[in-house]
Amino acid sequence: MSVGFHELAEAPPRAMSSRLEGELLEVSLGPQHPSTHGVFRMNVALDGEIVRKLKPVFGYLHRNHEQIGENTSYLGSMPYTDRLDYFCSMTNNWAYALSVEKLAGIEVPERAEYLRVILAELTRLQNHTSLLGFLLSDMGAWGTPLMYAFREREKILDLFESLSGSRMMCDYMRFGGCRVDAGADWMERAEKVADGFPRFLDEFEKLITSNEILLARTQEVGRISAELAVNAGLTGPILRACGVNYDLRKVDGYGIYPRFKFRVPLGDHGDCYDRLMMRALEMRESLGILQQAFAQIPAGPVMNPKVKIRAFKPPAGEAYGRIEGPKGELGFYLISDGSANPYRYRVRPPSFINLTVLEDMCLGHTVADVMVILGSIDIVMGEVDR
Amino acid sequence: MESLERIKARAEEAVPGATIKIIPNASPANQPSLLIDSDHTLAVVQFLRNDAALRLDFCSNVTGVDWLDRTVTTKVKVKTLIDGEEKEIEQPQVENFPGYLETVYHLYSIALKHGPVVIRLRTADRADGVHLPSLTPVYRSAEFQEREIFDLYGIRFHGHPDLRRILMWDEFVDHPMRKDYREPDDYEYEPTPHDEVLERAKEHYAARPQLDGAENLAADEHG
Amino acid sequence: MNEGLLSELKKQGIFVTSLQELYNWGRLNSIWPLQFGLACCAIEMIATAASRYDLARFGGEVFRPSPRQADLIIVAGTVTKKMAPQVVRLYNQMPDPKYVIAMGACAISGGPFKQGYNVLKGIDRYIPVDVYIPGCPPRPEALLHAFMELQRKIEEQRLTGAGKADHLEASLPSEFPVPAFGEHDLQPPANPALFRPPAVERN
Repeated sequence: MSVGFHELAEAPPRAMSSRLEGELLEVSLGPQHPSTHGVFRMNVALDGEIVRKLKPVFGYLHRNHEQIGENTSYLGSMPYTDRLDYFCSMTNNWAYALSVEKLAGIEVPERAEYLRVILAELTRLQNHTSLLGFLLSDMGAWGTPLMYAFREREKILDLFESLSGSRMMCDYMRFGGCRVDAGADWMERAEKVADGFPRFLDEFEKLITSNEILLARTQEVGRISAELAVNAGLTGPILRACGVNYDLRKVDGYGIYPRFKFRVPLGDHGDCYDRLMMRALEMRESLGILQQAFAQIPAGPVMNPKVKIRAFKPPAGEAYGRIEGPKGELGFYLISDGSANPYRYRVRPPSFINLTVLEDMCLGHTVADVMVILGSIDIVMGEVDR
Repeated sequence: MESLERIKARAEEAVPGATIKIIPNASPANQPSLLIDSDHTLAVVQFLRNDAALRLDFCSNVTGVDWLDRTVTTKVKVKTLIDGEEKEIEQPQVENFPGYLETVYHLYSIALKHGPVVIRLRTADRADGVHLPSLTPVYRSAEFQEREIFDLYGIRFHGHPDLRRILMWDEFVDHPMRKDYREPDDYEYEPTPHDEVLERAKEHYAARPQLDGAENLAADEHG
Repeated sequence: MNEGLLSELKKQGIFVTSLQELYNWGRLNSIWPLQFGLACCAIEMIATAASRYDLARFGGEVFRPSPRQADLIIVAGTVTKKMAPQVVRLYNQMPDPKYVIAMGACAISGGPFKQGYNVLKGIDRYIPVDVYIPGCPPRPEALLHAFMELQRKIEEQRLTGAGKADHLEASLPSEFPVPAFGEHDLQPPANPALFRPPAVERN
């Protein structure tokens, strides 16, 4: 496969197809397809096995999140944010809470900030592990890596469940803090999970990173330049895989992230392998942040007592708040007209905008590579279509 | 980053003829925005992106907003002669603001790590097929988001390379995120409705009695 | 055959059964679901199939990517109007006997997204559902429970006589019309032969 790519890179594209005289074959991949991560569809024009054109088709999970958000109260949208990117409900909650806090000028108590960091980093861990599992499964490593990944994910979901009452749809954060406090036993368990995680990472990296098939399927596949990545609005690990140093935890320093020491891993080539390794390296950094947070977390209230979250009416105005979600920049843009419902409720979905360059990444590769490239972008349809 | 007033002044200087207005934002977020006239949008945005001090190379978020026609009643003090004496009395004054559609772009700089600069474009009215310039030629990231706004709000973007519906199917004719859109009456309202749902439930059962299914069952019984 | 005689024969090492029991026993222990996820519930479906909850204990771990090889479609997630024709088409492509589990509030009724203009208010408007699981999303245990309910249902299906299973009744359809995309809504908004909501008195 890698040989084919090099040929293609050196010769003009038509030279490849001279062997395969004929018309382009149009194939519809999805919306029901085992590797499209949900109900995503691509219309692909193929020359033999080579992709010559690719048009994504959206909307198969468009469930009107923004319209419902405008018809419900500020608090009422919080559980809906869980269902945006259903892997990462905690970070979605945080992004929404942050935007409302900006809109109304609300302070968050210290302990709640620490809890948010802990939960967001745990979310990042389980998102990236699941992603690696799915990505390998797209490459044909059917079952095993995904089972390993889900085994670790379950440990984190158990933590979420005992804290918030739900495995996936946590609905845990509120504007002005968090819903309930975490007890000492929860902290102990969370620390244990975090301490055990590097063992899994070592094992997983040993399993995957030097695997010859994985290297052949990912290196030099789906390359993208840093200029295009910035212009197309890519964010998150995909942007950093191109070598652009832009992590909102550093740039915006929202919450209490400036207090933690961590590095931002950067890639070189912007190919699938770099994107994959970005996740593996980010997980190590997340574990570092977790350790610091567990050591520093103070006692105190987790909710700002001045905030009336029921019948909440922020002053008229608008605010855009954003955080570094596991998939990229997750933002909420709210326009308030002073009433109990937002006038405009907009989600900036990272995985939707990251798909802008899907065609650029796939052109000239084989149709089998499309699945790997799509897997490396890390999409969740709940967020793509909202 | 320099102040919005300064950005406005410099942009107006760089693009002759452009009119830029600062839209204040009263909320604690303090994110005021620049309203740019649609004739000079591309030039102004290119200035914002290429200017060495700004370098807003990253268009993060594109939002459509629908503003309905509004009437605002304010009390105004008017001086009138009453019984030969000049008095100041309060009179209600009704002002009509016509509705419009709006797109909001949040621009950041990845190179210089600052932002946001919020820019807005407004249409003249809410008619079907209103136009605005597309920013996709400058920022690829606007491509899908502008398609989404076209789909849900019905703003046509000049210069967009591939303006089609994105979320709804191609045969769909409405623009469902507009504030005056009514969704098809396709659900049986719950047994204990209240508030707004109750109002809709009443309409539902008055307008479409055939959908409650009773006739179907009755028809079955008779053969 | 009476129970006493059966157990007596069993003690002698003779196992007597009916064709119906044997056939149903075979079917219920190897239900192949369609590998088909729509939204959040699909992740719980994957979790159910993964090592911790292990759907394989019930013979349901063989997820088939093609509807032609599947016995069961788990409608796991919100069915949007744009997706509904595809779901019906997938159902139509499955061979008989086929079963449907509506997993989660959205697949049952639209759930939390019921107000949405693009959300189908329950998949039972277009295809018949065998087991409904409430929850948002249902826990893996709930999916396992639904799976066992389905097995119970299959076990009780009769092969002959009055009240035999639907798929053996030649007069009953095994495919349902696929709705078309209309200008404002799907056409028709529901299959009137299948979907009969209860009449509500309102004044």
